Amino acid sequence: MSSELHFQTITTLAAKLAAKELSSLELTQAVIARTKAVDGRIQAFNSFDEAGALAQAAASDSRRAAGEARGPLDGIPIGLKDVIAVAGQPLTASSRILANFVSPYDATVTRRLKEQAGAVLWGRLNCDEFAMGSSNENSAFRPVANPWDLARVPGGSSGGSAAALAAGAAIATLGSDTGGSIRQPAALCGLVGLKPTYGLVSRYGLVAFASSLDQIGPFARTVDDAALVLRAIAGHDPLDSTSFNAPVPDYPAELATRPGPWKIGIPKEYFGEGLNSEVGAAVEAAVAHYRKLGCEIREVSLPHTQYCLDTYYIIATAEASSNLARFDGIRYGHRSKAATDAIDIYAKSRAEGFGAEVKRRIILGTYVLSSGYYDAYYLRAQKVRTLIRQDFLTAFKDVDALLTPTSPVPAFKLGEKSDPLAMYLLDIYTIGVNLAGLPGVSVPCGFTQGGLPIGMQLIGQPFQEANLLAIARAYERAHEWHRKHPNL
Amino acid sequence: MNQAPELNIDYVAQLARLALTPEEKAKFSHQLGDVLHHIEQLSKVDVSGIEPTAHAFPVYNVWAEDVARPGLSVDQALRNAPAGRDNMISVPKVVE
Repeated sequence: MSSELHFQTITTLAAKLAAKELSSLELTQAVIARTKAVDGRIQAFNSFDEAGALAQAAASDSRRAAGEARGPLDGIPIGLKDVIAVAGQPLTASSRILANFVSPYDATVTRRLKEQAGAVLWGRLNCDEFAMGSSNENSAFRPVANPWDLARVPGGSSGGSAAALAAGAAIATLGSDTGGSIRQPAALCGLVGLKPTYGLVSRYGLVAFASSLDQIGPFARTVDDAALVLRAIAGHDPLDSTSFNAPVPDYPAELATRPGPWKIGIPKEYFGEGLNSEVGAAVEAAVAHYRKLGCEIREVSLPHTQYCLDTYYIIATAEASSNLARFDGIRYGHRSKAATDAIDIYAKSRAEGFGAEVKRRIILGTYVLSSGYYDAYYLRAQKVRTLIRQDFLTAFKDVDALLTPTSPVPAFKLGEKSDPLAMYLLDIYTIGVNLAGLPGVSVPCGFTQGGLPIGMQLIGQPFQEANLLAIARAYERAHEWHRKHPNL
Repeated sequence: MNQAPELNIDYVAQLARLALTPEEKAKFSHQLGDVLHHIEQLSKVDVSGIEPTAHAFPVYNVWAEDVARPGLSVDQALRNAPAGRDNMISVPKVVE
Protein backbone atom coordinates (compact mmCIF):
# COMPACT_ATOMS: atom_id res chain seq x y z
CA MET A 1 0.00 0.00 0.00
CA SER A 2 0.93 3.63 0.14
CA SER A 3 3.40 3.15 2.99
CA GLU A 4 5.74 1.40 0.58
CA LEU A 5 5.18 3.67 -2.42
CA HIS A 6 8.40 5.45 -1.56
CA PHE A 7 10.50 2.34 -2.32
CA GLN A 8 9.00 1.63 -5.76
CA THR A 9 10.68 2.24 -9.09
CA ILE A 10 9.85 4.94 -11.61
CA THR A 11 8.85 2.17 -14.02
CA THR A 12 6.29 0.74 -11.59
CA LEU A 13 4.97 4.10 -10.42
CA ALA A 14 4.71 5.48 -13.97
CA ALA A 15 2.49 2.51 -14.88
CA LYS A 16 0.26 3.16 -11.86
CA LEU A 17 0.05 6.86 -12.67
CA ALA A 18 -0.78 6.07 -16.31
CA ALA A 19 -3.49 3.62 -15.21
CA LYS A 20 -4.85 6.28 -12.80
CA GLU A 21 -4.46 3.87 -9.88
CA LEU A 22 -2.34 6.51 -8.24
CA SER A 23 -2.10 10.28 -8.40
CA SER A 24 1.10 12.30 -8.31
CA LEU A 25 -0.33 14.11 -5.30
CA GLU A 26 -0.65 10.83 -3.38
CA LEU A 27 2.82 9.75 -4.40
CA THR A 28 4.37 13.12 -3.57
CA GLN A 29 2.60 13.20 -0.21
CA ALA A 30 3.98 9.72 0.53
CA VAL A 31 7.52 10.81 -0.33
CA ILE A 32 7.16 13.98 1.77
CA ALA A 33 5.89 11.94 4.73
CA ARG A 34 8.75 9.50 4.34
CA THR A 35 11.24 12.36 4.14
CA LYS A 36 9.93 13.85 7.37
CA ALA A 37 10.07 10.44 9.05
CA VAL A 38 13.69 9.67 8.13
CA ASP A 39 15.58 12.88 7.45
CA GLY A 40 16.24 13.66 11.10
CA ARG A 41 18.41 10.53 11.05
CA ILE A 42 20.00 10.66 7.59
CA GLN A 43 20.31 14.48 7.19
CA ALA A 44 20.19 14.18 3.41
CA PHE A 45 18.21 17.37 2.76
CA ASN A 46 19.58 20.89 2.96
CA SER A 47 16.07 22.20 2.36
CA PHE A 48 12.79 21.32 0.71
CA ASP A 49 9.77 23.20 -0.58
CA GLU A 50 6.70 21.21 0.38
CA ALA A 51 4.13 23.62 -1.03
CA GLY A 52 6.06 23.89 -4.29
CA ALA A 53 6.28 20.12 -4.68
CA LEU A 54 2.58 19.64 -3.95
CA ALA A 55 1.71 22.32 -6.51
CA GLN A 56 3.86 20.57 -9.13
CA ALA A 57 2.17 17.27 -8.26
CA ALA A 58 -1.29 18.81 -8.61
CA ALA A 59 -0.28 20.31 -11.96
CA SER A 60 0.92 16.88 -13.10
CA ASP A 61 -2.40 15.31 -12.14
CA SER A 62 -4.26 18.04 -14.06
CA ARG A 63 -2.14 17.40 -17.15
CA ARG A 64 -2.83 13.70 -16.91
CA ALA A 65 -6.55 14.26 -16.46
CA ALA A 66 -6.50 16.41 -19.60
CA GLY A 67 -4.66 13.69 -21.54
CA GLU A 68 -1.49 15.78 -21.67
CA ALA A 69 0.88 13.72 -19.55
CA ARG A 70 4.49 14.26 -20.61
CA GLY A 71 5.83 10.73 -20.25
CA PRO A 72 7.02 8.32 -17.57
CA LEU A 73 8.61 10.96 -15.32
CA ASP A 74 5.47 13.09 -15.18
CA GLY A 75 4.49 13.38 -11.52
CA ILE A 76 7.52 11.47 -10.17
CA PRO A 77 9.33 13.17 -7.22
CA ILE A 78 13.01 13.64 -8.07
CA GLY A 79 15.57 15.18 -5.73
CA LEU A 80 18.45 17.40 -6.87
CA LYS A 81 21.90 17.73 -5.37
CA ASP A 82 22.32 21.19 -3.94
CA VAL A 83 24.76 22.19 -6.69
CA ILE A 84 22.08 22.19 -9.43
CA ALA A 85 20.17 25.44 -9.86
CA VAL A 86 16.39 25.62 -9.47
CA ALA A 87 14.92 29.10 -9.96
CA GLY A 88 13.64 30.57 -6.70
CA GLN A 89 15.16 27.80 -4.56
CA PRO A 90 18.26 27.92 -2.35
CA LEU A 91 21.52 26.87 -4.04
CA THR A 92 24.15 26.42 -1.35
CA ALA A 93 26.64 23.79 -2.60
CA SER A 94 26.59 22.89 1.14
CA SER A 95 28.86 25.89 1.73
CA ARG A 96 28.60 28.79 4.16
CA ILE A 97 29.66 31.12 1.37
CA LEU A 98 26.36 30.41 -0.44
CA ALA A 99 24.25 29.82 2.68
CA ASN A 100 21.74 32.53 1.73
CA PHE A 101 21.95 32.27 -2.06
CA VAL A 102 18.71 31.85 -4.00
CA SER A 103 19.07 30.75 -7.61
CA PRO A 104 17.77 33.28 -10.15
CA TYR A 105 17.46 30.68 -12.91
CA ASP A 106 17.04 26.98 -13.71
CA ALA A 107 19.85 24.66 -14.73
CA THR A 108 19.20 23.02 -18.10
CA VAL A 109 18.65 19.63 -16.43
CA THR A 110 16.17 21.28 -14.06
CA ARG A 111 14.26 22.84 -16.91
CA ARG A 112 14.18 19.57 -18.81
CA LEU A 113 12.93 17.61 -15.80
CA LYS A 114 10.29 20.19 -14.90
CA GLU A 115 9.05 21.47 -18.23
CA GLN A 116 9.69 18.64 -20.68
CA ALA A 117 9.35 15.59 -18.44
CA GLY A 118 6.91 16.97 -15.85
CA ALA A 119 8.83 15.64 -12.84
CA VAL A 120 8.09 16.94 -9.34
CA LEU A 121 11.30 18.49 -7.96
CA TRP A 122 11.70 17.40 -4.37
CA GLY A 123 14.42 18.78 -2.14
CA ARG A 124 17.87 20.31 -2.20
CA LEU A 125 20.19 17.45 -1.33
CA ASN A 126 23.18 17.70 0.96
CA CYS A 127 26.67 17.05 -0.42
CA ASP A 128 30.31 17.68 0.28
CA GLU A 129 31.02 21.41 0.09
CA PHE A 130 31.32 22.36 -3.60
CA ALA A 131 31.21 18.59 -4.34
CA MET A 132 34.70 18.15 -2.89
CA GLY A 133 34.90 14.95 -0.90
CA SER A 134 34.23 11.23 -0.77
CA SER A 135 32.21 10.89 2.45
CA ASN A 136 29.85 13.88 2.64
CA GLU A 137 31.64 14.90 5.85
CA ASN A 138 32.80 18.12 4.14
CA SER A 139 29.28 19.57 4.11
CA ALA A 140 29.42 22.89 5.95
CA PHE A 141 26.00 22.21 7.43
CA ARG A 142 25.90 18.58 8.63
CA PRO A 143 27.20 15.18 7.56
CA VAL A 144 24.83 12.69 5.89
CA ALA A 145 24.34 9.25 7.43
CA ASN A 146 24.19 6.04 5.38
CA PRO A 147 20.64 4.59 5.62
CA TRP A 148 22.10 1.06 5.83
CA ASP A 149 24.09 1.95 8.96
CA LEU A 150 23.64 5.37 10.48
CA ALA A 151 27.14 5.34 11.99
CA ARG A 152 28.63 5.16 8.48
CA VAL A 153 29.09 7.61 5.64
CA PRO A 154 26.93 7.45 2.49
CA GLY A 155 29.95 8.25 0.31
CA GLY A 156 30.43 11.50 -1.50
CA SER A 157 30.28 13.97 -2.78
CA SER A 158 26.64 13.31 -3.78
CA GLY A 159 25.95 11.64 -0.41
CA GLY A 160 22.59 13.31 0.15
CA SER A 161 21.37 12.24 -3.31
CA ALA A 162 22.31 8.63 -2.52
CA ALA A 163 21.03 8.55 1.06
CA ALA A 164 17.71 10.22 0.21
CA LEU A 165 16.98 7.68 -2.53
CA ALA A 166 18.14 4.66 -0.51
CA ALA A 167 15.91 5.81 2.37
CA GLY A 168 12.85 6.30 0.17
CA ALA A 169 12.84 10.09 0.47
CA ALA A 170 12.76 10.45 -3.35
CA ILE A 171 12.02 8.16 -6.32
CA ALA A 172 15.17 9.18 -8.17
CA THR A 173 17.80 11.86 -7.66
CA LEU A 174 20.44 13.75 -9.59
CA GLY A 175 24.04 14.11 -8.52
CA SER A 176 27.23 15.39 -10.08
CA ASP A 177 30.38 13.36 -10.64
CA THR A 178 33.85 14.90 -10.99
CA GLY A 179 35.95 11.97 -9.74
CA GLY A 180 33.35 9.40 -8.67
CA SER A 181 30.83 11.52 -6.79
CA ILE A 182 27.82 9.68 -8.23
CA ARG A 183 29.24 6.17 -8.60
CA GLN A 184 30.93 5.85 -5.20
CA PRO A 185 27.92 6.91 -3.08
CA ALA A 186 25.69 4.74 -5.29
CA ALA A 187 27.94 1.78 -4.43
CA LEU A 188 27.98 2.59 -0.72
CA CYS A 189 24.18 3.00 -0.59
CA GLY A 190 23.13 0.07 -2.84
CA LEU A 191 21.91 2.09 -5.84
CA VAL A 192 22.46 2.46 -9.56
CA GLY A 193 24.53 5.61 -10.22
CA LEU A 194 25.46 6.77 -13.73
CA LYS A 195 28.18 9.23 -14.74
CA PRO A 196 27.44 9.99 -18.42
CA THR A 197 30.04 10.65 -21.12
CA TYR A 198 31.51 14.14 -20.77
CA GLY A 199 29.38 16.46 -22.88
CA LEU A 200 26.22 14.32 -22.97
CA VAL A 201 24.42 16.24 -20.21
CA SER A 202 24.51 20.04 -20.04
CA ARG A 203 26.45 21.60 -17.16
CA TYR A 204 24.57 24.90 -17.47
CA GLY A 205 23.36 25.77 -13.97
CA LEU A 206 25.68 23.30 -12.23
CA VAL A 207 27.94 24.94 -9.63
CA ALA A 208 31.33 24.43 -11.28
CA PHE A 209 34.01 22.41 -9.49
CA ALA A 210 36.34 21.11 -12.24
CA SER A 211 34.78 22.04 -15.57
CA SER A 212 36.62 19.51 -17.75
CA LEU A 213 35.57 16.62 -15.47
CA ASP A 214 32.12 17.52 -14.06
CA GLN A 215 29.01 15.71 -15.32
CA ILE A 216 25.48 15.54 -13.95
CA GLY A 217 23.87 12.10 -13.79
CA PRO A 218 21.11 10.05 -12.17
CA PHE A 219 20.83 7.90 -9.08
CA ALA A 220 18.10 5.31 -9.53
CA ARG A 221 16.83 2.04 -8.05
CA THR A 222 17.22 0.14 -11.30
CA VAL A 223 19.07 0.43 -14.58
CA ASP A 224 15.77 1.00 -16.41
CA ASP A 225 15.01 3.94 -14.12
CA ALA A 226 18.46 5.39 -14.73
CA ALA A 227 17.81 5.12 -18.49
CA LEU A 228 14.51 6.99 -18.10
CA VAL A 229 16.14 9.86 -16.22
CA LEU A 230 19.11 9.97 -18.60
CA ARG A 231 16.79 10.26 -21.60
CA ALA A 232 15.12 13.24 -19.94
CA ILE A 233 18.30 15.18 -19.12
CA ALA A 234 20.70 14.29 -21.97
CA GLY A 235 21.20 16.21 -25.16
CA HIS A 236 22.77 19.24 -26.74
CA ASP A 237 22.43 22.58 -25.01
CA PRO A 238 23.58 25.82 -26.65
CA LEU A 239 24.10 27.28 -23.16
CA ASP A 240 26.98 24.85 -22.48
CA SER A 241 29.75 25.21 -25.05
CA THR A 242 31.16 21.79 -24.10
CA SER A 243 27.81 20.12 -24.76
CA PHE A 244 28.01 17.51 -27.53
CA ASN A 245 25.81 18.10 -30.52
CA ALA A 246 24.47 14.68 -31.51
CA PRO A 247 21.07 13.01 -31.38
CA VAL A 248 20.23 11.33 -28.07
CA PRO A 249 19.17 7.70 -28.37
CA ASP A 250 15.93 6.53 -26.78
CA TYR A 251 17.81 4.77 -23.99
CA PRO A 252 14.93 2.78 -22.43
CA ALA A 253 13.92 1.42 -25.85
CA GLU A 254 17.52 0.76 -26.88
CA LEU A 255 18.24 -1.35 -23.79
CA ALA A 256 15.67 -3.92 -24.76
CA THR A 257 17.19 -4.38 -28.22
CA ARG A 258 20.68 -5.25 -27.01
CA PRO A 259 20.72 -8.81 -25.69
CA GLY A 260 24.48 -9.34 -25.76
CA PRO A 261 26.66 -11.27 -25.26
CA TRP A 262 29.44 -8.73 -24.89
CA LYS A 263 33.19 -8.71 -24.59
CA ILE A 264 34.04 -7.50 -21.12
CA GLY A 265 37.51 -6.40 -20.07
CA ILE A 266 38.88 -6.81 -16.56
CA PRO A 267 41.62 -4.22 -15.96
CA LYS A 268 44.20 -6.04 -13.87
CA GLU A 269 45.37 -2.81 -12.21
CA TYR A 270 41.96 -2.44 -10.52
CA PHE A 271 42.22 -5.61 -8.46
CA GLY A 272 45.40 -5.00 -6.51
CA GLU A 273 46.49 -3.80 -3.11
CA GLY A 274 43.92 -1.96 -1.01
CA LEU A 275 40.86 -3.77 -2.36
CA ASN A 276 38.61 -5.05 0.44
CA SER A 277 38.27 -8.84 0.14
CA GLU A 278 34.46 -8.91 0.34
CA VAL A 279 34.22 -6.25 -2.38
CA GLY A 280 36.73 -8.17 -4.50
CA ALA A 281 34.80 -11.43 -4.09
CA ALA A 282 31.47 -9.82 -5.03
CA VAL A 283 32.96 -8.31 -8.19
CA GLU A 284 34.60 -11.65 -9.08
CA ALA A 285 31.17 -13.30 -8.73
CA ALA A 286 29.75 -10.71 -11.14
CA VAL A 287 32.52 -11.53 -13.62
CA ALA A 288 31.56 -15.21 -13.32
CA HIS A 289 27.94 -14.30 -13.98
CA TYR A 290 28.81 -12.50 -17.21
CA ARG A 291 30.87 -15.51 -18.27
CA LYS A 292 27.83 -17.68 -17.63
CA LEU A 293 25.77 -15.35 -19.83
CA GLY A 294 28.15 -16.17 -22.67
CA CYS A 295 30.22 -13.01 -22.48
CA GLU A 296 33.86 -13.21 -23.39
CA ILE A 297 35.95 -12.08 -20.42
CA ARG A 298 39.37 -10.67 -21.18
CA GLU A 299 42.06 -9.40 -18.89
CA VAL A 300 43.19 -5.98 -20.08
CA SER A 301 45.79 -3.52 -18.88
CA LEU A 302 45.47 0.21 -18.25
CA PRO A 303 49.15 0.80 -17.57
CA HIS A 304 48.87 4.42 -16.41
CA THR A 305 46.29 3.66 -13.73
CA GLN A 306 48.78 4.35 -10.93
CA TYR A 307 49.06 7.95 -12.16
CA CYS A 308 45.32 8.70 -12.24
CA LEU A 309 45.09 9.98 -8.67
CA ASP A 310 47.92 12.48 -8.98
CA THR A 311 46.80 13.63 -12.41
CA TYR A 312 43.29 14.12 -11.10
CA TYR A 313 44.29 16.10 -8.02
CA ILE A 314 46.38 18.48 -10.12
CA ILE A 315 43.77 19.07 -12.82
CA ALA A 316 40.73 19.11 -10.53
CA THR A 317 42.26 21.49 -7.98
CA ALA A 318 43.66 23.76 -10.71
CA GLU A 319 40.23 24.08 -12.30
CA ALA A 320 38.59 24.49 -8.89
CA SER A 321 40.93 27.29 -7.85
CA SER A 322 40.00 29.12 -11.03
CA ASN A 323 36.26 28.40 -10.83
CA LEU A 324 35.99 29.35 -7.16
CA ALA A 325 37.72 32.70 -7.75
CA ARG A 326 34.24 34.05 -8.51
CA PHE A 327 33.35 33.82 -4.82
CA ASP A 328 34.76 37.18 -3.79
CA GLY A 329 32.09 38.58 -1.46
CA ILE A 330 31.18 41.34 -3.91
CA ARG A 331 28.26 40.39 -6.14
CA TYR A 332 26.75 37.45 -4.26
CA GLY A 333 27.56 35.11 -1.42
CA HIS A 334 28.99 35.78 2.02
CA ARG A 335 30.74 39.13 2.61
CA SER A 336 32.97 39.50 5.67
CA LYS A 337 31.93 42.18 8.11
CA ALA A 338 35.51 42.42 9.38
CA ALA A 339 36.97 43.57 6.06
CA THR A 340 38.38 47.07 5.59
CA ASP A 341 39.09 47.35 1.85
CA ALA A 342 38.36 45.50 -1.38
CA ILE A 343 41.27 43.04 -1.22
CA ASP A 344 40.43 42.42 2.42
CA ILE A 345 36.81 41.63 1.45
CA TYR A 346 38.04 38.94 -0.94
CA ALA A 347 40.48 37.34 1.46
CA LYS A 348 38.30 37.43 4.58
CA SER A 349 35.00 36.58 2.90
CA ARG A 350 36.63 33.54 1.33
CA ALA A 351 38.35 32.59 4.59
CA GLU A 352 35.06 32.80 6.51
CA GLY A 353 32.95 31.25 3.75
CA PHE A 354 34.95 28.20 2.65
CA GLY A 355 35.56 25.06 4.72
CA ALA A 356 38.90 23.31 5.21
CA GLU A 357 38.78 20.92 2.25
CA VAL A 358 37.80 23.68 -0.18
CA LYS A 359 40.62 25.87 1.12
CA ARG A 360 43.12 23.02 0.80
CA ARG A 361 42.11 22.42 -2.80
CA ILE A 362 42.18 26.11 -3.70
CA ILE A 363 45.70 26.34 -2.25
CA LEU A 364 46.88 23.24 -4.13
CA GLY A 365 45.23 24.39 -7.36
CA THR A 366 46.66 27.88 -7.09
CA TYR A 367 50.10 26.42 -6.44
CA VAL A 368 50.13 24.05 -9.43
CA LEU A 369 49.04 26.90 -11.70
CA SER A 370 51.48 29.45 -10.27
CA SER A 371 54.37 30.89 -12.22
CA GLY A 372 57.32 28.49 -12.28
CA TYR A 373 55.24 25.41 -11.46
CA TYR A 374 52.69 25.39 -14.29
CA ASP A 375 54.76 23.23 -16.65
CA ALA A 376 55.96 20.84 -13.99
CA TYR A 377 52.51 20.17 -12.57
CA TYR A 378 49.57 21.30 -14.65
CA LEU A 379 50.94 20.84 -18.14
CA ARG A 380 52.55 17.52 -17.21
CA ALA A 381 49.29 16.32 -15.69
CA GLN A 382 47.43 17.22 -18.88
CA LYS A 383 49.92 15.13 -20.87
CA VAL A 384 49.58 12.18 -18.51
CA ARG A 385 45.83 12.63 -18.93
CA THR A 386 46.33 11.98 -22.65
CA LEU A 387 48.12 8.70 -21.83
CA ILE A 388 45.40 7.66 -19.37
CA ARG A 389 42.74 8.33 -21.98
CA GLN A 390 44.70 6.39 -24.62
CA ASP A 391 44.88 3.41 -22.24
CA PHE A 392 41.09 3.24 -22.13
CA LEU A 393 40.61 3.80 -25.87
CA THR A 394 43.17 1.08 -26.63
CA ALA A 395 41.36 -1.36 -24.32
CA PHE A 396 38.07 -0.53 -26.05
CA LYS A 397 39.44 -1.81 -29.36
CA ASP A 398 39.02 -5.30 -27.91
CA VAL A 399 36.13 -5.05 -25.46
CA ASP A 400 32.68 -3.43 -25.17
CA ALA A 401 33.02 -2.47 -21.52
CA LEU A 402 35.29 -2.74 -18.51
CA LEU A 403 34.22 -4.23 -15.19
CA THR A 404 35.83 -3.09 -11.93
CA PRO A 405 34.95 -2.46 -8.29
CA THR A 406 33.42 1.00 -7.79
CA SER A 407 35.00 1.67 -4.41
CA PRO A 408 37.86 -0.27 -2.81
CA VAL A 409 35.89 -0.46 0.45
CA PRO A 410 32.26 -0.53 1.57
CA ALA A 411 30.81 2.34 3.65
CA PHE A 412 33.22 3.38 6.42
CA LYS A 413 32.48 5.00 9.75
CA LEU A 414 31.87 8.73 10.09
CA GLY A 415 35.13 10.31 11.26
CA GLU A 416 37.18 7.22 10.38
CA LYS A 417 39.30 8.84 7.66
CA SER A 418 40.76 12.14 8.82
CA ASP A 419 43.79 12.32 6.53
CA PRO A 420 43.06 14.00 3.17
CA LEU A 421 45.36 11.69 1.22
CA ALA A 422 43.68 8.57 2.65
CA MET A 423 40.33 10.02 1.58
CA TYR A 424 41.62 10.82 -1.92
CA LEU A 425 42.78 7.20 -2.34
CA LEU A 426 39.13 6.06 -2.09
CA ASP A 427 38.52 7.50 -5.57
CA ILE A 428 41.16 5.31 -7.16
CA TYR A 429 38.76 3.24 -9.34
CA THR A 430 36.49 6.08 -10.43
CA ILE A 431 38.71 9.05 -11.36
CA GLY A 432 40.22 7.54 -14.52
CA VAL A 433 36.75 7.54 -16.07
CA ASN A 434 36.41 11.30 -15.53
CA LEU A 435 39.91 12.01 -16.87
CA ALA A 436 39.07 10.02 -20.00
CA GLY A 437 35.57 11.53 -20.28
CA LEU A 438 33.91 8.09 -20.39
CA PRO A 439 30.54 6.88 -19.12
CA GLY A 440 30.58 4.76 -15.96
CA VAL A 441 27.80 3.17 -13.97
CA SER A 442 27.82 1.63 -10.50
CA VAL A 443 25.45 -1.29 -10.05
CA PRO A 444 24.65 -3.15 -6.78
CA CYS A 445 26.45 -6.51 -6.75
CA GLY A 446 26.15 -7.81 -3.21
CA PHE A 447 26.35 -7.11 0.49
CA THR A 448 29.09 -7.57 3.04
CA GLN A 449 28.55 -9.99 5.91
CA GLY A 450 27.81 -6.92 8.00
CA GLY A 451 24.98 -5.96 5.65
CA LEU A 452 26.63 -3.09 3.76
CA PRO A 453 25.97 -2.70 0.02
CA ILE A 454 28.71 -3.43 -2.54
CA GLY A 455 28.82 -1.90 -6.00
CA MET A 456 30.58 -2.81 -9.23
CA GLN A 457 31.52 -0.33 -11.91
CA LEU A 458 30.97 -0.84 -15.62
CA ILE A 459 32.87 1.56 -17.85
CA GLY A 460 31.64 2.10 -21.40
CA GLN A 461 32.83 3.53 -24.67
CA PRO A 462 32.20 7.24 -25.28
CA PHE A 463 28.51 8.01 -25.91
CA GLN A 464 27.64 4.30 -25.73
CA GLU A 465 25.40 4.65 -22.67
CA ALA A 466 22.77 2.40 -24.27
CA ASN A 467 25.26 -0.45 -24.53
CA LEU A 468 26.64 0.22 -21.07
CA LEU A 469 23.20 0.19 -19.46
CA ALA A 470 22.19 -2.93 -21.41
CA ILE A 471 25.21 -4.74 -19.99
CA ALA A 472 24.35 -3.52 -16.48
CA ARG A 473 20.74 -4.56 -16.90
CA ALA A 474 21.68 -8.10 -17.97
CA TYR A 475 23.32 -8.54 -14.57
CA GLU A 476 20.61 -6.76 -12.60
CA ARG A 477 17.82 -8.90 -14.07
CA ALA A 478 19.40 -12.07 -12.68
CA HIS A 479 19.96 -10.68 -9.19
CA GLU A 480 17.89 -9.38 -6.31
CA TRP A 481 20.33 -6.98 -4.63
CA HIS A 482 18.48 -3.92 -5.87
CA ARG A 483 15.23 -5.10 -4.29
CA LYS A 484 16.59 -4.82 -0.74
CA HIS A 485 15.93 -1.66 1.25
CA PRO A 486 17.41 -0.45 4.53
CA ASN A 487 15.38 -0.72 7.73
CA LEU A 488 14.88 2.79 8.97
CA MET B 1 59.70 18.68 -10.46
CA ASN B 2 62.86 16.75 -9.70
CA GLN B 3 63.31 19.08 -6.75
CA ALA B 4 61.49 18.32 -3.50
CA PRO B 5 58.35 20.43 -3.68
CA GLU B 6 58.24 23.57 -1.59
CA LEU B 7 54.91 25.19 -1.10
CA ASN B 8 55.27 28.76 0.18
CA ILE B 9 51.89 28.87 1.88
CA ASP B 10 51.98 32.62 2.60
CA TYR B 11 52.62 33.42 -1.04
CA VAL B 12 50.06 30.95 -2.42
CA ALA B 13 47.38 32.02 0.07
CA GLN B 14 47.92 35.61 -1.00
CA LEU B 15 47.61 34.62 -4.68
CA ALA B 16 44.40 32.76 -3.85
CA ARG B 17 43.03 35.68 -1.79
CA LEU B 18 42.51 33.48 1.24
CA ALA B 19 43.15 34.93 4.71
CA LEU B 20 44.33 31.73 6.38
CA THR B 21 45.00 31.55 10.12
CA PRO B 22 48.48 30.52 11.32
CA GLU B 23 46.97 27.18 12.41
CA GLU B 24 45.48 26.59 8.94
CA LYS B 25 48.78 27.49 7.30
CA ALA B 26 50.69 25.00 9.42
CA LYS B 27 48.10 22.25 8.93
CA PHE B 28 47.65 22.73 5.17
CA SER B 29 51.42 22.96 4.59
CA HIS B 30 51.86 19.61 6.28
CA GLN B 31 48.90 17.91 4.56
CA LEU B 32 49.66 19.33 1.13
CA GLY B 33 53.30 18.35 1.59
CA ASP B 34 52.10 14.73 1.74
CA VAL B 35 49.95 15.21 -1.35
CA LEU B 36 52.78 16.88 -3.29
CA HIS B 37 55.11 14.10 -2.26
CA HIS B 38 52.62 11.60 -3.73
CA ILE B 39 52.30 13.69 -6.88
CA GLU B 40 56.10 13.55 -7.35
CA GLN B 41 55.70 10.15 -9.02
CA LEU B 42 54.26 11.86 -12.11
CA SER B 43 57.81 12.98 -12.92
CA LYS B 44 58.57 9.32 -13.74
CA VAL B 45 56.18 9.28 -16.69
CA ASP B 46 57.74 9.79 -20.12
CA VAL B 47 55.59 12.49 -21.69
CA SER B 48 57.94 13.47 -24.50
CA GLY B 49 55.97 14.08 -27.68
CA ILE B 50 52.62 13.74 -25.88
CA GLU B 51 50.02 16.44 -26.48
CA PRO B 52 48.16 17.73 -23.41
CA THR B 53 44.46 16.94 -22.99
CA ALA B 54 42.35 19.83 -21.69
CA HIS B 55 39.02 18.21 -22.53
CA ALA B 56 38.27 14.57 -23.30
CA PHE B 57 36.01 15.58 -26.21
CA PRO B 58 37.03 19.06 -27.28
CA VAL B 59 34.40 20.99 -29.17
CA TYR B 60 35.77 23.86 -31.23
CA ASN B 61 34.26 27.01 -32.68
CA VAL B 62 31.01 27.05 -30.79
CA TRP B 63 29.08 30.05 -32.01
CA ALA B 64 25.87 31.60 -30.85
CA GLU B 65 23.70 33.97 -32.83
CA ASP B 66 24.37 37.54 -31.72
CA VAL B 67 20.80 38.29 -30.78
CA ALA B 68 19.37 39.70 -27.57
CA ARG B 69 17.34 37.35 -25.42
CA PRO B 70 15.55 37.88 -22.13
CA GLY B 71 17.85 38.17 -19.12
CA LEU B 72 17.43 38.74 -15.40
CA SER B 73 15.54 41.75 -14.10
CA VAL B 74 17.49 44.21 -11.95
CA ASP B 75 15.76 42.86 -8.84
CA GLN B 76 16.62 39.29 -9.73
CA ALA B 77 20.21 40.15 -10.57
CA LEU B 78 20.73 42.03 -7.29
CA ARG B 79 18.78 39.69 -5.05
CA ASN B 80 21.91 37.87 -3.86
CA ALA B 81 24.16 40.93 -3.52
CA PRO B 82 25.52 41.25 0.03
CA ALA B 83 25.14 45.04 0.05
CA GLY B 84 23.55 47.55 -2.29
CA ARG B 85 21.50 50.67 -2.83
CA ASP B 86 19.82 52.44 -5.75
CA ASN B 87 19.97 49.34 -7.98
CA MET B 88 23.72 49.02 -7.47
CA ILE B 89 26.06 46.76 -5.52
CA SER B 90 27.89 48.61 -2.72
CA VAL B 91 31.63 48.06 -2.37
CA PRO B 92 34.33 49.86 -0.39
CA LYS B 93 35.99 52.80 -2.07
CA VAL B 94 38.78 51.53 -4.34
CA VAL B 95 39.96 54.82 -5.91
CA GLU B 96 41.09 57.76 -3.81
